[in-house]
Amino acid sequence: MDLRQFERRLGKPLLFIVSLIPLGMLVWAALQNQLGTDPVKTLILETGEWALRFLILTLAVSPLKAWFAWTVVIRYRRMLGLYAWFYASIHLLIVLTYLFGWDWVIAKEELAERPYIFVGFAAWLLMVPLGLTSNNYAIRKLKKNWKSLHKLIYLIAVLAWLHLAWQIRASYLEALVYGLIIFCLFFQRLKKVYKRC
Amino acid sequence: KPVSPSADNPFYTSEDLTPFQDATHYNNFYEFGTDKTDPARYAGSLSTSPWSIAVEGEVAKPGTYHLEDLLKGVDIEERIYRLRCVEAWSMVIPWLGFPLADLIKRFEPTLNARYIEFETLVRPAEMKGQRSRFSTIDWPYREGLRMDEAMHPLTFLSVGAYGKELLGQNGAPIRLIVPWKYGFKSIKSIVKIRFTDQQPQTSWQGIAPNEYGFYANVNPDVDHPRWSQRYERRLPSSLLKPSRIKTQMFNGYADQVASLYKGMNLRRFY
Repeated sequence: MDLRQFERRLGKPLLFIVSLIPLGMLVWAALQNQLGTDPVKTLILETGEWALRFLILTLAVSPLKAWFAWTVVIRYRRMLGLYAWFYASIHLLIVLTYLFGWDWVIAKEELAERPYIFVGFAAWLLMVPLGLTSNNYAIRKLKKNWKSLHKLIYLIAVLAWLHLAWQIRASYLEALVYGLIIFCLFFQRLKKVYKRC
Repeated sequence: KPVSPSADNPFYTSEDLTPFQDATHYNNFYEFGTDKTDPARYAGSLSTSPWSIAVEGEVAKPGTYHLEDLLKGVDIEERIYRLRCVEAWSMVIPWLGFPLADLIKRFEPTLNARYIEFETLVRPAEMKGQRSRFSTIDWPYREGLRMDEAMHPLTFLSVGAYGKELLGQNGAPIRLIVPWKYGFKSIKSIVKIRFTDQQPQTSWQGIAPNEYGFYANVNPDVDHPRWSQRYERRLPSSLLKPSRIKTQMFNGYADQVASLYKGMNLRRFY
């Protein structure tokens, strides 16, 4: 079996398993009581950050294709995007459970009063239609509209970044790094749009 | 002095103590980094001896005092206080120290001394966070109190905790404890005390004036713009027992301190 065959056969199962490692490590740490003094906060920060990382990986697929002619990566984009949604959903569930205690009055208030929570929730909400249409049936059914619909990922990335940046307290390093990466990934697309004009 | 906990004694709460390990490994001390685990990791590099405190401004006895001299003849007592962080978590910590008022009296403040300002050490060689280029804080870290707040019997200068000398991550060798205010008011590793007639500008006021006021009294009814202050997580927390509790007005010290703010609009003076 040569490398190409190997990739064709095992690439997707491997990515599926590797992408579950962050979650596995968090669950393991939780069971070992190794999440620190404030485990809720650790879980929220970690799952949120992994959602953003998968979002960035998803966005990186097409520039990687363009810059390095890595055509194979395109096969993995769907799974990366779904994992972004997966980690964002866990993030949301933990917030609802531990911070809001499933109290809708509190949840509504937080959503209305705190812009960073609003943009974070909006990012997750916009991921729902993308997640639900990430199957061949939807791609066939939606035809051209599918592509337009999935352009929402740009807005989602901006909202997710805002969600992070709005929470800066003492250091802006993290927000700066993620912001630069997202900007670079947008840049290639902007060039394309610019050329078309 | 031995601790005698009782329900109506504000100096000793009978709530469960936060374990030593948690109180010394989950800290906000941005001089050593922004992660909660950074202070425990990096504060070992801080040398706290010799240590001196500069006393300036509206006092009869200004000067630079060696910490040892300041501690001579001081009765060290234990206080068990609730500590409420503005980030909505809290702990219960047994401090060792003495009332700030005792120290203030020795400097003989003048009648113009209406406020007191504190500064934390600046020593980038030993304080990793101060070397960061991405910090929003303009060092030194500054805090302040109104004179009546500073003289209040609850206001405490701590030199130890859990029966031991204070560790670097907890603000060694000497730090402030103001239990009815959010934790950031309780400035650590103090090197300067200035008495003034004007309200000093604190570090967090400078960074985000709409989020952090001069008073920063614990108040469940006035939210931080980015998060609610109605509840707090009493640490250590666990996933099975999240220990989410209701935040009390003035962190439960209302009987002792509410009179300091009589007639003030606490929404405006947050």
